[in-house]
Amino acid sequence: MSNYTEDELAKDLENQEYKFGFTTDIGADQAPKGLNEDIIRFISAKKEEPEWMLEHRLKAFAAWQEMTEPDWAHVTYEKPDFQDIIYYSAPNQTKKYESWDDVDPEMKETMKKLGISLEEQKRLTGVAVDFVMDSVSVATSFKSKLKELGIIFCSFSEAVQDYPDLVREHMGTVVPTTDNFYAALNSAVFTDGSFCYIPKGVRCPMELSTYFRINEGGTGQFERTLVVADEGSYVSYLEGCTAPQRDENQLHAAVVELVAKDNAEIKYSTVQNWYPGDKNGKGGIFNFVTKRGICGTNSKISWTQVETGSAVTWKYPSCILKGDNSIGEFYSVAVTNNYQQADTGTKMIHLGKNTKSTIISKGISAGKSHNSYRGLVQIHKGADNARNFSQCDSLLMTDECGAHTFPYIECKNSSAKIEHEATTSKIGEDQIFYCLQRGISEEKAIGLIVNGYCKEVLNQLPMEFAVEAQKLLTISLEGSVG
Amino acid sequence: MTVAIKNNNIITSKLPQTSASISENSRKNAIDSLANTALPTTRVEAWKYTRVAKLGKIDFHNEKVKIDSISNFTIDDTKCSFVFVNGHFDAELSSRELPTGVNCKLISEETDLPETTLKLEGEIFHALNTAHLTDGIHISIEDKAQVEQPIQIIHVLKGDAIASNFKTLIHAGKSSKASVIQGFFSEGEGTNFCNTTTEIDVAENAFLSLEKIQYESESSYHISTEQVQQAKNSTFTINTITLNGRLVRNNVNIEVNGENCTSNLNGAYLLKNKQHVDNHSVVDHKVPNCESHELYKGVIDDNSTAVFNGKVYVRPDAQKINAFQSNANVLLSDDATINSKPELEIYADDVKCSHGSTTGQLDEEAVFYLRARGISEKAARKLMVSAFIGDVLEKIENESVHSFVHRLLNERFDWEF
Repeated sequence: MSNYTEDELAKDLENQEYKFGFTTDIGADQAPKGLNEDIIRFISAKKEEPEWMLEHRLKAFAAWQEMTEPDWAHVTYEKPDFQDIIYYSAPNQTKKYESWDDVDPEMKETMKKLGISLEEQKRLTGVAVDFVMDSVSVATSFKSKLKELGIIFCSFSEAVQDYPDLVREHMGTVVPTTDNFYAALNSAVFTDGSFCYIPKGVRCPMELSTYFRINEGGTGQFERTLVVADEGSYVSYLEGCTAPQRDENQLHAAVVELVAKDNAEIKYSTVQNWYPGDKNGKGGIFNFVTKRGICGTNSKISWTQVETGSAVTWKYPSCILKGDNSIGEFYSVAVTNNYQQADTGTKMIHLGKNTKSTIISKGISAGKSHNSYRGLVQIHKGADNARNFSQCDSLLMTDECGAHTFPYIECKNSSAKIEHEATTSKIGEDQIFYCLQRGISEEKAIGLIVNGYCKEVLNQLPMEFAVEAQKLLTISLEGSVG
Repeated sequence: MTVAIKNNNIITSKLPQTSASISENSRKNAIDSLANTALPTTRVEAWKYTRVAKLGKIDFHNEKVKIDSISNFTIDDTKCSFVFVNGHFDAELSSRELPTGVNCKLISEETDLPETTLKLEGEIFHALNTAHLTDGIHISIEDKAQVEQPIQIIHVLKGDAIASNFKTLIHAGKSSKASVIQGFFSEGEGTNFCNTTTEIDVAENAFLSLEKIQYESESSYHISTEQVQQAKNSTFTINTITLNGRLVRNNVNIEVNGENCTSNLNGAYLLKNKQHVDNHSVVDHKVPNCESHELYKGVIDDNSTAVFNGKVYVRPDAQKINAFQSNANVLLSDDATINSKPELEIYADDVKCSHGSTTGQLDEEAVFYLRARGISEKAARKLMVSAFIGDVLEKIENESVHSFVHRLLNERFDWEF
C-alpha cells in the first residue's frame, strides 16, 4: 500500500467496526427498571449491606434529586432517561469460586475474546485480576499471595462485609456524595467495584488489575473503586474495559477514589475501550466518570489513561495535592473516531508547599469526532513554590473533526511557576515525505508518527498494559498505526 | 423615560434614553435585552472571574461638565483630536482638522446610523450602551486614503457616580491605511463607569491599527468591547495598555470574514492595589489562509487580580490558519491572583495553532546577576519588569504613544523604561 493516502485512511477509519462486539449469554438476576428509594433499598438488601451503607446511599440519592445534569462540557448527546435503566443486574451464580477452574466456561470464553486470557496472564505476568462481569466480581486471583503481605484486594461489596471500618473511614473522603450529578448518582446506586488497601511500608509486588465489562443489555454500570495506600506504601493499579456492541446508549458513571497517605505512591492506569457506537454515531457508551486522588505529605499520585472508546466521554482524573512536597501526574492519550465525543482532562489542586504537577495530554481526532481537553491548575495561597507543567497536543486526522483546548489556570501565590502550552496540527506532509524518502510506506509512516506522538504517555504504562494499549490504539486507528 | 430592569434598574434609572438616530430595530432589541437580562454573576462562564454586581448598587447618572485642561491626557499632538467628557463632545478642547481622506461625524449628528454589529441579546453592557448611548464618533476613512496622522479620541470621566455610554464607529475603506488612538482617563477620584463599544469594519486590503490606553481613576469601572469585521487581505492591529482603573474589562471580538487577513492583538496590564483587569478576546477564523497573533503580558502586584481569556475559533473548512496565542504573567505579591484561560476550538485539520500561558516571578538568578554588577535590587527588579513588559510595548509603532505610556508608567509605578 505505497499510495496510502489520508483520504483512504479516513475511509478505513470510518469503516472500522467495533472488534469486541459480542454478548455473553448468561442469565442475570435483575432489579426492575427505574430509580427510587425502593430500588436503592433493593440493591442494598441484595448486597446484604450494613445500615450505614444504606444511609449513605439514601443521603446521596436525596442530594442527587436536587441536582441537575451538567451541560458545560463540549459534548452533545441525548440525555439518558434515568428511569429507563436497570440499576442492578448480577450474573446468575450460586456460589463464589474457590479456584479459577470453577468459573463458567462461557465467561472464560468472553475473556479470551477480549484478548486477555486470565490463565495466561496469571502464568506469564503475575497480574492478579479482579474480573468484574456486570456488577458482581466473580473471580479474584492471587488473593492469598497478596494476603501474606497484608494487602487487601477484593470487590467492593466484599470489602463492605469484611473490612467495614476501612471502607467507612475512606469512602467519600475524596469524592463526597454531593460532589457532582454523576458522583451522587453513583453513590446512591453503585453495585460493586474494587477495593484495595496497601498497609504501611508495603510495596505491592505485582500490578493489581481489574477488567470491567458491561454485559446485560440496558444495564447501567455504576462502579466504585477505592484504593488506599497507607504510609510509605506503593501500588500500581490497572483498570481496563471493553464492552459488547449495543444499539441503545448505555450509561457508565463510575467513581474512583485514591488515598495516598504520607510517603505513599499510587500509579493508576486505565485503558478504556467501551463500545463507541457505529460509524453513523448510533449507540455507544456514555462514560461519565469521577476520578480523584488525594495526596499526603511526600506522596505521589500518577494517572495514566488511554481512552479509545465510548460515544461520549466526560472524565477528569484529578489530584488534590494536600500534603507538602506531593506530586501529581496526568498522562493521557484520547483517541476519538466517527461521531465519538470526548471531553477529558485533569484538575491539579495545589494546596501544600513545594507541590508539583505534570500534565501531558495527547488528543487524536479522526472521522467526525470531537476531542476536548479541559483542565484546571489551581495554586492556592499557601502553596509556596508550587510547580506545574502542562502540555496538551492535538492531532487532527480529517477535516471534519474538531480538537479543542480549555485550560483553566488559577494562581494565588507569587512563588508558583506555571507553564502551559498547547498545539493543534495535522501530521506534517514533510514528516511523511521524510519517511517515504527512506522507503517507509505512507501507512507505516502515519503509524510511526502517531506512535511517536503518543510515546510520552504510553511509556508511562506498566509493561503488562502497554501491549494492550498499543493494541487498542491500533484497533481505533487501524490502517494508520503500524 | 426610565426603563425598569431586573436587578440592574439602578444603573439605568437616571440615565436618559439615547437621542441618537439608531435604527428602530437596534433600539427595540437593546431595550428588550435590558429588560430581560440581569447583571452577569460568576456562574456565567464569560464572567467567571469578574464580579460586576457592585455596578448594580451604584445610582449612576450622566451630566455634561467641563474640564479645564486636556494637556495631561494628550497622547499625540495630532491635529485631529476629539475630546469627550462624560461621553459628551467638547468642541473647545478638540481640534477637528481632518486629514485628507478622513470623514468624522459625531454620532449625535448622524441622521441614519447603520444596524449595530454588536450582539444585543443577553449582553447587558452592549444593550445598555445601545439603549442609553451618550454620544460617540463615526470615523470613515476613504478608499485608498493613506492617513499619516493618527486620529485621536480622548474620553475623560469627571464627577461622581457618572455613567458614560460611549461609542466609536470606524470604517476603514478599501486599500486605506490609518491609525486610531483611544485614551480613557479620569479627572478626580470619583466612582464612575465608562461603558464603551467600538465597532470596526476593515475593508479589503486595508490596514488599521488601534491603540487603546486605559488610565482611569482607581475607583472607576470600565467595560469595553471592540467588535471587528475584517474583509480579505486586510490587517488589523489592536494594542491595549491597561494601567489604572478599579475594574477593567476588555472584550475584543474579531471576525475574520475574508482570506489572507492578519490580526494582531497585543495587551499589557500592570496592576497594583485592589485593581481587577479582565482581558477577553475572541478571534473567529471563518475562512482559510489567515493568521492571528496574540500576545498579552501582565505584571500583578499587591491585592490585584488579572484575568486573561483568549479564544481562537477555526471554523470548518478554514484551512491553512496559523493562530498563535501567548499569555505571560508575573506575580509580584502573595496576594495577587491570576486566572488565565487560553482556549482553542478547532474544526479544520490543516492548521497550525498553539497557545501558551505562563505564570511565575522574576528570576532570582537574573536579579543576582544585575546586583553583582552594582545595580541595586530595586533597580534590577524594575529593569526586569520593564524588559518583560517591553515585548508588548515594542509593538506600539507610534512613537508618541510609546513615550506617553512610559510617562504614565513612571507616574504610576515609578518605573523608568
